Amino acid sequence: MRRETLHAYLLLLPALILLVAFTHWPALETLIDSLYSTPHGARPAPFVGLANYSDLRDDPVFWQALRNNAIYAAATIPASIVLALLMALAVNGALPGRSALRLAYFIPTMLPMIAVANIWLFFYTPDYGLFDRVLGWFGGGRHNWLGDAATALPAMIAVAVWKEAGFFMIFYLAALQTMPTDLREAAALEGSSRWNYFRRVTLPLLMPTTLFVLVNAVINAFRVIDHIVVMTRGGPDNATTLLLYYIYETGFRFWDTATAATLTIVLLGILALTAWLQFGVLGRRVHYR
Amino acid sequence: MIRRRTLLTTTAGMLAAPAILRAQTVQKLTFYYPVAVGGPLAAIMDGYCKAFQTETGIAVEAVYAGDYSATMIKAVTAIRGGAGPQFAVLLAAEMHSLQDQDILVSLDDIGLDADARKWLDGFYPAFMANSHADGKTWSVPFQRSTAVFYYSKAAFQDSGLDPDKFPTTWAELGDTAAKLVKRDASGKVTRWGIKMAGDLGNAQWTFGALANQAEQKLMNDAGNEVFFSQPKTIEAMAYWRGLAETHHAAPDGVSNWSQLSPDFLEGNVAIIQHTTGNLTNLRDKAQFPFGVAGLAGKNSPHTVVGGGNMYFFRSATPAEQQAALRFARWVSAPERAADWSIRTGYIATSPAAYDTPALKEYIAKFPAANVARTFLSVATGELSVHENQRVYKALTDSIQACLNGSKTPTQAMTDAQGEAERILKPYKRA
Repeated sequence: MRRETLHAYLLLLPALILLVAFTHWPALETLIDSLYSTPHGARPAPFVGLANYSDLRDDPVFWQALRNNAIYAAATIPASIVLALLMALAVNGALPGRSALRLAYFIPTMLPMIAVANIWLFFYTPDYGLFDRVLGWFGGGRHNWLGDAATALPAMIAVAVWKEAGFFMIFYLAALQTMPTDLREAAALEGSSRWNYFRRVTLPLLMPTTLFVLVNAVINAFRVIDHIVVMTRGGPDNATTLLLYYIYETGFRFWDTATAATLTIVLLGILALTAWLQFGVLGRRVHYR
Repeated sequence: MIRRRTLLTTTAGMLAAPAILRAQTVQKLTFYYPVAVGGPLAAIMDGYCKAFQTETGIAVEAVYAGDYSATMIKAVTAIRGGAGPQFAVLLAAEMHSLQDQDILVSLDDIGLDADARKWLDGFYPAFMANSHADGKTWSVPFQRSTAVFYYSKAAFQDSGLDPDKFPTTWAELGDTAAKLVKRDASGKVTRWGIKMAGDLGNAQWTFGALANQAEQKLMNDAGNEVFFSQPKTIEAMAYWRGLAETHHAAPDGVSNWSQLSPDFLEGNVAIIQHTTGNLTNLRDKAQFPFGVAGLAGKNSPHTVVGGGNMYFFRSATPAEQQAALRFARWVSAPERAADWSIRTGYIATSPAAYDTPALKEYIAKFPAANVARTFLSVATGELSVHENQRVYKALTDSIQACLNGSKTPTQAMTDAQGEAERILKPYKRA
């Protein structure tokens, strides 16, 4: 082996050890566990092959969790990204009270999700919660936001968007701040409209940031479930059960470790697929300076 | 050879020494406990631990671990991870599933002398119903309750009803609750008649009472069979749904347990079904006169017992187990049980506690504290089966679907039965 290669690997080693010990090895272990049945007491678990996977195929709650998660992702990802971009554009320009506004947008990100969930729990309280009070002034009726299967998932989506948009705004803001001003001057000389400038110059230059934000948003859509635990516990009738929450419930409430491992492998597969799509397909179209 | 054997014995002796030393001097115990109601329960618990330490020199660290299901998850996870508590207060109904986990030690195995057996016989039999299996005793009643109605006497008067006469049958209750609904000029409801908890972890308890009111048990004693699709069970489900659908006395959809007390205190609802353990909390906070009543039944009042027992874990050393048992005996002594009952509202676990001067005096002053106890004779056990949490979820999903109007009572209960049978199949063969 060449000397430099050896050096390179030696330098990579500490990170590699951590990665293998806490990411790759557990993932492999999970894959193996998903091929065995759940051990009961002291009895060892027999090898069952793909039986756990075919059980999962017949599990209606799994399909509902998958469907919920798809809706949840399809709504939270674009909404939080667009909102983040709008907020960043709003606080990028020179306007009085700019830093206060930036802080206001960023506050949801600084709060722990558990605290956020408890605040929103009050917002959603039927009859005397914030939303019902405000709607009441305009003659709106009562809403059991979290107790009604039709509104529970949208309610969860709103919390997630509110929480994430501020975080993504920071990245957009940073990107906007580093954008050279001579581009704007050049565009102004050419007589380009503001919308045209935004579409042709700003947006393409923001693409690397957008890709980064998108990757994070996708991961968060599958990863952040704290508000589900606090607010609905997946109810009513699984209306807000997301994939990771279902894994938690199967693993730690029911102690059905084999099914939980199988679900985890499915989740890993979904995440790997989306990461491949993002970096492989989208990544090639992103222009890096 | 001899030399080697001597060496081995000596080494073994040395290795065992710390264990023996530890066994003799238990200094510290940890136990997990849940709080299912409002109020300063944690402070009371810490007070008991301190008093126990002064008396015995054993420090007991009481760890508040959330509600019942969170405490269960945390305790089992910690024990599986090898760093669990020595004992815990968990739902009395979890006995079968804790045995599935193979982590409990029975009181008989910890060691019961004649004196201790007498102590166990001193509890209310209804509270020991979830403690026996395989001829052994597996838990000690601690914070025990029955479901009761709390009702606002102010709302009763306001609606032209007699606040001292609470309905005892389903038909009367439906009418009363409908009359208690108050609307503003635009027809918007400003006060509901009745609310019952339908969220995960509580729906099965609410429903256990309703099924008993229709005189139907939800499970067999072995905990491997459920009776969700029996006609009487379906009738109970239909009644619950009907409170919203036909009587318009309750809101549509699911109401959360944690929301009931604030709702009641805000005057947003006139009747709530809750645990007797919430009594002191409501007494301290209510700005209006309220009453406590036994749950109505289809024909006559029936209710369900609930609450937590103390379980002891096999992962603790024998000495720790004995120390934990000692704490359990200490804390369930009549004076302490009476004190706990007065300060929380939970039913004191033994008749002896009701003979203490403190509790007698309290009941004389505050008769509501005695209501729950008088309904013990018409109380059934809480739903308790193998894979308890899983069956709870199957039942709760169906209840929620029905309360949301997406399934009929018959459909919902048939689905719950099918799912529960699938879950319990492995336990029927054994």
